[in-house]
Amino acid sequence: MNGETHQCKVTITNPNGFHMRPAATFAELAGQFQSSIIVFKDKDQRINGKNIMELLLLAAEPGTELTLEVAGPDASAAMQVLAQLLAAPSVDDFLKERQMAEG
Amino acid sequence: MEIKRGVPVSGGVAIGPALVLDTEWFRIPQRFIEGDRLSEEIERLHQALTASALEARESQKAVSAKLGPQCGAVFQAHALMIEDGNLRKEIETLIREKGHSAEYAVSLVMRRYAKTLESIGGTFATRAADLFDIEKRILYNLLGHRRENLQHLTEPVVVLAHDLTPSETASLDPAKVQAFATEAGGRASHTAIMAGALEIPAVVGLGKFLTDVSGGDLTIVDGNRGVVIINPDDETLQRYELTRTSFRSFESRLEELRLLPAETRDGVRILLLGNIEFPQEATHCLERGGEGVGLYRTEFLYLGKQRDPTEAEHFDAYITVVRTMGSRPVVIRTLDLGADKFPTGTEMVSGERNPFLGLRSVRLCLRNLTLFKTQMRAILRASALGDVRIMFPMVSTLLELRQCKMILAEVKEDLEDEGIMFNPKVPVGTMIEVPSAAIMAEQMAREVNFFSIGTNDLIQYTLAADRNNEAVSSLYSPGDPAVLRLIDQVVRAANKNGVEVNVCGQMSGEPVYTMLLLGLGLRQLSVTPHNIPEIKKIIRSISLEEAAHVAQEALRLETARDVNNYLREQTRRVLPEVVD
Repeated sequence: MNGETHQCKVTITNPNGFHMRPAATFAELAGQFQSSIIVFKDKDQRINGKNIMELLLLAAEPGTELTLEVAGPDASAAMQVLAQLLAAPSVDDFLKERQMAEG
Repeated sequence: MEIKRGVPVSGGVAIGPALVLDTEWFRIPQRFIEGDRLSEEIERLHQALTASALEARESQKAVSAKLGPQCGAVFQAHALMIEDGNLRKEIETLIREKGHSAEYAVSLVMRRYAKTLESIGGTFATRAADLFDIEKRILYNLLGHRRENLQHLTEPVVVLAHDLTPSETASLDPAKVQAFATEAGGRASHTAIMAGALEIPAVVGLGKFLTDVSGGDLTIVDGNRGVVIINPDDETLQRYELTRTSFRSFESRLEELRLLPAETRDGVRILLLGNIEFPQEATHCLERGGEGVGLYRTEFLYLGKQRDPTEAEHFDAYITVVRTMGSRPVVIRTLDLGADKFPTGTEMVSGERNPFLGLRSVRLCLRNLTLFKTQMRAILRASALGDVRIMFPMVSTLLELRQCKMILAEVKEDLEDEGIMFNPKVPVGTMIEVPSAAIMAEQMAREVNFFSIGTNDLIQYTLAADRNNEAVSSLYSPGDPAVLRLIDQVVRAANKNGVEVNVCGQMSGEPVYTMLLLGLGLRQLSVTPHNIPEIKKIIRSISLEEAAHVAQEALRLETARDVNNYLREQTRRVLPEVVD
């Protein structure tokens, strides 16, 4: 893949952890980007961010620090949005902020 | 291969494909498909996945509109999962490489994910329910109009479920059910009762295991040891096929016993009676060689109903049993339930903290004379048509016993006034199951015609241990020295006063205790019909002299474990195949 590899660390603040709704939203969003999206807690557990099943198995409780690794042509755009989602205290908050940013 | 352990409630061994009863009753028709149909099968899978994803998205929209995006989000997640490329690939791989049907492949994959989520625990475990939901949706789309009618199963199956309710089992084709295995339930559960009536193996209380099984998986249910094996390896399968064959021949040898008398080697006749719960079981009791009904539990007339049974409903049930039994004795026990279990009962009491020590059985009946008298009237009317005997449960004091007898006298007077026929000398007995009654057996013996020792509750009350409470159930043992002494006391009191006595609890149906019970002086046993042949076999293999000696020795031992070991050893010498 062309483009750079971006990495950043994000802490889960959603009180329910990274559960079904944020995971589903994340997977759907990630699927819209060309870049590869990898998420992990530990280095040896690299999860495909476009795969909802794998994301669910991440089982990230609130306070967990996740690493987001994005590589590809739209990497920086992907990184910005996805990191924001991971860090958001709730999916609704994230969606509201996005709307405000766009609108 | 997965091995699960639970409570055995009906003996025998069954080997067959699993039918997993989910709430929606899906049955996966087959596990494998022919090689030339693979691409067709994959096409079916794609169509079902597409349809399912579409449905999920529509649900998302509809639910979000009605209840907000938070609620609709669940369906968004479902849709994403169904659309997930990797999920589809995993299922396809199973179809292509293993030749599984689409249904079976879907089930395998979804259950594997569900199991992983369950094992993580916490909130993620509850998400397993979502995966089951998705599985159902996809299966629904795959099976469509081909959903198999459970009343017309095409092959014999082993039924696996969380729990079985009467309405569920009512829709199954009994000829095709080989065994039951449930996550929940205990010895008195509906599953146990149905399995007993159908005479098929059953294991309950297995705990969560349905995520480890898919419809069609080869399953072994060992109702003797309480073991369920899913997808057994070859060695295990072979071993069980042998066990099943030898068990069947053991069963058919027992069948030959039916017409032979229950007589000891030294020529003493023991009366073998049956315990029943529904009128229909009376036939079963006779078929197994029972010589009467030693305990007719009448609770089913009250359970799960909207109102208490009428006198006519009581009478209909009793007369069915009496007709089946002809001139043989039928002992009908009055209501033995806690207040929480039926309509008027719940009106009388709210939230008991100790239902087993509370308002139940005769205590309840003495406070609700309408209830009590209705049942007594029906029993008395039935006594005109056969050898009917009436028995009171959970009597704990002489006063209670006398009160019951007084009410019975009143009812007799009423019937006489109304010109209705009944047996004025109807034999009256009491259950001995509360320790106070056992201790006062001598006094009680003077006021009744017969005793029936209810060892199930006697053991619980004597050792103050709930046998359904895993933490203390090891204390519960029929072989406990305290229990043996109480039984001994009761039998002596009965024999001294010319009162008939039998044991009607589960202990009477366990072959290892037969020598002991006979040796203590019992000449009657009331047993679950299924166990009658086995007990008869033991009886025919021993002499009373031997039995008396065994009982003496057992009374000398100080712990339940020693007693049980000793009895197993003695029983093994006489009839090894009943001791596993």
